[in-house]
Amino acid sequence: MRQAIQNIFQFYYQGFKSMTLGRKLWVIILLKLIVLFLVLRLFFFPNYLKSNFKTDEQRSNHVIEQLTK
Amino acid sequence: MENIDFSLVDWSRAQFALTAMYHWLFVPLTLGLSFIIAFMETLYVRTGDPEWKRITKFWMTIFGINFAIGVATGIILEFEFGTNWSNYSWFVGDIFGAPLAIEGIMAFFLESTFIAVMFFGWNKVSKKFHLLSTWLVAFGSNLSALWILVANGWMQYPAGMKFNPDTARNEMVNFWEVLFSPVAINKFLHTISSGYVLASVFVMGVSAWYLLKNREHLLAKRSIIIASVFGLLTTAFVVLTGDGSARNMAKYQPMKFAAMENLYVGQQNAPLIAIGILKADEAERAHKKQDFRFTIEIPNMLSYMAFLDPNAYVPGIKDLVHGNPEHHIISYQEKSEKGKLAIQSLAAYKNARKAGNDSLAKASLSKFEANYANFGYGYYAGRDMHELVPSVPTTFYSFRIMVGLGIHFGALFLVVLLLTMRNKIEKKRFILYTALWSIPLAYIASELGWVVAEAGRQPWVIQDILPTIAAVSQISSTSVQITFWMFFILFTGLLIAEIKIMTTQIKKGPEESDHAGQLTFAKKY
Repeated sequence: MRQAIQNIFQFYYQGFKSMTLGRKLWVIILLKLIVLFLVLRLFFFPNYLKSNFKTDEQRSNHVIEQLTK
Repeated sequence: MENIDFSLVDWSRAQFALTAMYHWLFVPLTLGLSFIIAFMETLYVRTGDPEWKRITKFWMTIFGINFAIGVATGIILEFEFGTNWSNYSWFVGDIFGAPLAIEGIMAFFLESTFIAVMFFGWNKVSKKFHLLSTWLVAFGSNLSALWILVANGWMQYPAGMKFNPDTARNEMVNFWEVLFSPVAINKFLHTISSGYVLASVFVMGVSAWYLLKNREHLLAKRSIIIASVFGLLTTAFVVLTGDGSARNMAKYQPMKFAAMENLYVGQQNAPLIAIGILKADEAERAHKKQDFRFTIEIPNMLSYMAFLDPNAYVPGIKDLVHGNPEHHIISYQEKSEKGKLAIQSLAAYKNARKAGNDSLAKASLSKFEANYANFGYGYYAGRDMHELVPSVPTTFYSFRIMVGLGIHFGALFLVVLLLTMRNKIEKKRFILYTALWSIPLAYIASELGWVVAEAGRQPWVIQDILPTIAAVSQISSTSVQITFWMFFILFTGLLIAEIKIMTTQIKKGPEESDHAGQLTFAKKY
C-alpha cells in the first residue's frame, strides 16, 4: 500500500518536475484561480441570498416576495 | 412587476452572454480534440508506428494548452447565478444542483485523474493503459458537457420537476425525465458533435498551414485524414441532431422557431428560407407573411422540418402573440392573465399560510397549480405582448450563417479528404488556405449555435415559467457593469494568451521522433 502511494507520488512528482511548457500553463491556471476565487468571488460576486439572509426560510420568503410583488 | 430596472436586466444578460461565449471558445476544441487524439493513439498502439506517437503527442500538447487556458472559465457562470440571478438560482432548486454535482464528482475526477496519466504516463505506464487513459479523458470531457447541457435543456423545456410554493423552489420529481428529456438529449448530442466538427476543422486547418509552409508533410496528411473523416461523420451527425432540434423547437418553443424563420403569419405548406435578406423595418416585415428583400425558398420544407408533414401548419409570431383559435393557439394576452392569476394565487397562498387560514391556502394553491404552466407570462400582464418576441434578425441570421458554415465545413472535409487520398493536396494552395481560414469560421458557427438557442428563447430564463425580469437580483446595475468590463479584460487576456501560446507551439511544431522512447514529451509536460 505504502509502495503504491510512493509510486503515485513519484509519478506526479517526476511529471511535474519534467514540465517546461506545462509550467507556464500551470502558472496561468494558478493566476486564473487566484483572480477568480480570491478577487472576483470574494469582492465582486457575493452570493446575494446567502449574504443578505440568514436562513433558508428568509431566503424563500424574499424570493416569493420578489416573484409576487 | 413594477419599476423594472431594464439597465440591470440588460447588463446582467450581457455579462452572462459574454462569459458564456468566451467560455465556449475553449470547450468545443477540448471535446473534439480529445477524441481525435484518442483515434491517433489507437493507431499508434495498433500499428506500433512511432510517427503516430509523435503525431499524438503534438496534438496532445495543443489539447493541453486549450485545456489549461479554458479550465475553470465556466465557474464564473456559477458566480453570476448567485450574484446577478439569485431569484433564478433559488427558484431552480435542485434541478440545477443535481446535474452539476454529478458533473463535479463523476466527470471532473475521471477527467483530471486520467489527464495526468495522459501527459505524464508516456513510457511510464503500458501502452494499453496509456491509451485507455486517453479514451477516458475524452469520455470524461464529454460527460462533463452532458450534465451542464442537461441543465440547459431543462431551462428550454422544464420537465421532471414540481414547484414547491412553501420553499419557492422547483423540486425534481423524476431524475430520468430531466436527464432523458428529448430537448436535453438532443441538445447534448448536437452540441458535442458540433464541437467535434470544430476540432476537425481546427486540426485540418493547422495541418493545412504545415503543408503551405512545406513542413511536417506526414504529420499534416495523416492528421488531415483523421480530421476530415471524423469531421465528415460528425457533420452528418450534426445535421441529424439539428433536425431533431428543429422539431423540438417547433413543439416546445414555437416562438423561437417562428423568429428563426421570420414567420410572422403561420401557414400550411410553409417553405424553408434557405437564403434570405430581411426587410429592415419590423413593422413592414410583420405586415406580410414572410417579407424579405431577397429570398430563396424550399417549398413545404419548413412544415416538413417542424412536423414531418409537408402540409402541416406552422404557427407564426402573430398567431402566437394574438392567438389562433382555428389552430388551438391561445394568445399571449390570455396566457398573461393565467400567469397573473398564478402569481396572485402564490401570494395569496403565502399570506393564507401565514394567517393560518388553511382553506384559503388550499384554494389558492389549487388555483396556482392550475395556472402554473403560464406563470412567467404573468409578469407581462398589462405590458406590450411583443416584449415576448425575441430578436428576429439575430435569430434568423445566426441560424443561416451557422447552417451555411456547416455546409461549407462538410464540403471542405470531403474535398480535402479526396485530395489527400489522391496525394494532390499540397498543390491545391487555395484549398489549403480555405482550410486554414476556416478555423475562425468554425468558432463563429459554434458561437452562433448558442446565439440561436439562447437569444431565440428570450425573454425566458426558464421557458414559460421565469423571464429575465423576474430572475434577476435586485443589485446595482453599476456593479454589474464594472464586473462586465473586468470579465471582458480577463477573458480577452486569456484568449490572447491561448492564441499566443498555441501559435508559438504550432510554429515550433512537433518534437523530433523519440525512437528510444525517452525523449521530448516527458520533458515538455
